[in-house]
Amino acid sequence: MAVCISIIGKDNAPLYLTTADMDKELELQYRVHAALDVVEEKCQPISKATPESKELYLGMLYSTETHKIYGFVTNTKIKFVIVVDSGNIALRENEVRAMFRNLHMLYTDAVCNPFYAPGEPLASKKFDRAVQKIMGGNA
Amino acid sequence: MSEDILFDFLHSEIVNYCLNNNNKENDFSSLEYIGFNTGYRLIERLTRDVPRFKDELETMKFICTDFWTLIYKKQVDNLRTNNHGMYVVQDRAFRFLTRISTGTKQLEHAPKFVFFTCGLVRGALTNLGINSTVTAEVQTIPACKFHIEINRN
Repeated sequence: MAVCISIIGKDNAPLYLTTADMDKELELQYRVHAALDVVEEKCQPISKATPESKELYLGMLYSTETHKIYGFVTNTKIKFVIVVDSGNIALRENEVRAMFRNLHMLYTDAVCNPFYAPGEPLASKKFDRAVQKIMGGNA
Repeated sequence: MSEDILFDFLHSEIVNYCLNNNNKENDFSSLEYIGFNTGYRLIERLTRDVPRFKDELETMKFICTDFWTLIYKKQVDNLRTNNHGMYVVQDRAFRFLTRISTGTKQLEHAPKFVFFTCGLVRGALTNLGINSTVTAEVQTIPACKFHIEINRN
């Protein structure tokens, strides 16, 4: 379903990145990093008090000819970015939301592991397997 | 409510472990650090379905109501602020002190039961982007006051 899922920390350090197609990893990483500017813009406190600005889900950040990039920021300023293929018209917004929700759940579980030091890259195999499942669309 | 008592037991064991292990009677730093670590990780889970916080006061309110309820099964009794980064949280029946008799002799032992919570609050606030110093004050058991000072720099 998704082609790339990534988690970026408070200080914009990459914590986790996985792609469906290893050959395109560099290009997708570039897309994710470009999305961070949009995330920052959307999280500005001065932006008008729109009702949806209080939501953790940020919606679509930007789209290119080949990809759509969605974003999500937790209360603790951890950013989740999911890249989807533009050709995938069957994918609905609700499904993207559900992916973020599942990802957030996995992330909180991973952080609550006492052997994981916050701010370090996520290297847990269990976490990786679960994220791969989300990416495949059967979480 | 059988699951609640487990937390009380665990907490008193943590206190015991931290203070008796190295014969450091008055070293509360490891106790505070365990609290910090717990708060830092726990807040990630507790704020999962909560809308984004608008400002510092909203974050403090969350700590006093939702956060406190989830951990201590009650809300704080009073939250005061001078609007310059100083907050005072008052709990008239602090959970870890309710099982202790009231008396001057017991009052000496009160500090060790509040340091975990100091760390817990500090950890939670740190992860939400607020750097703070948390101290506690016990004048009469089981009431407890937490002073939260926001460090702005």
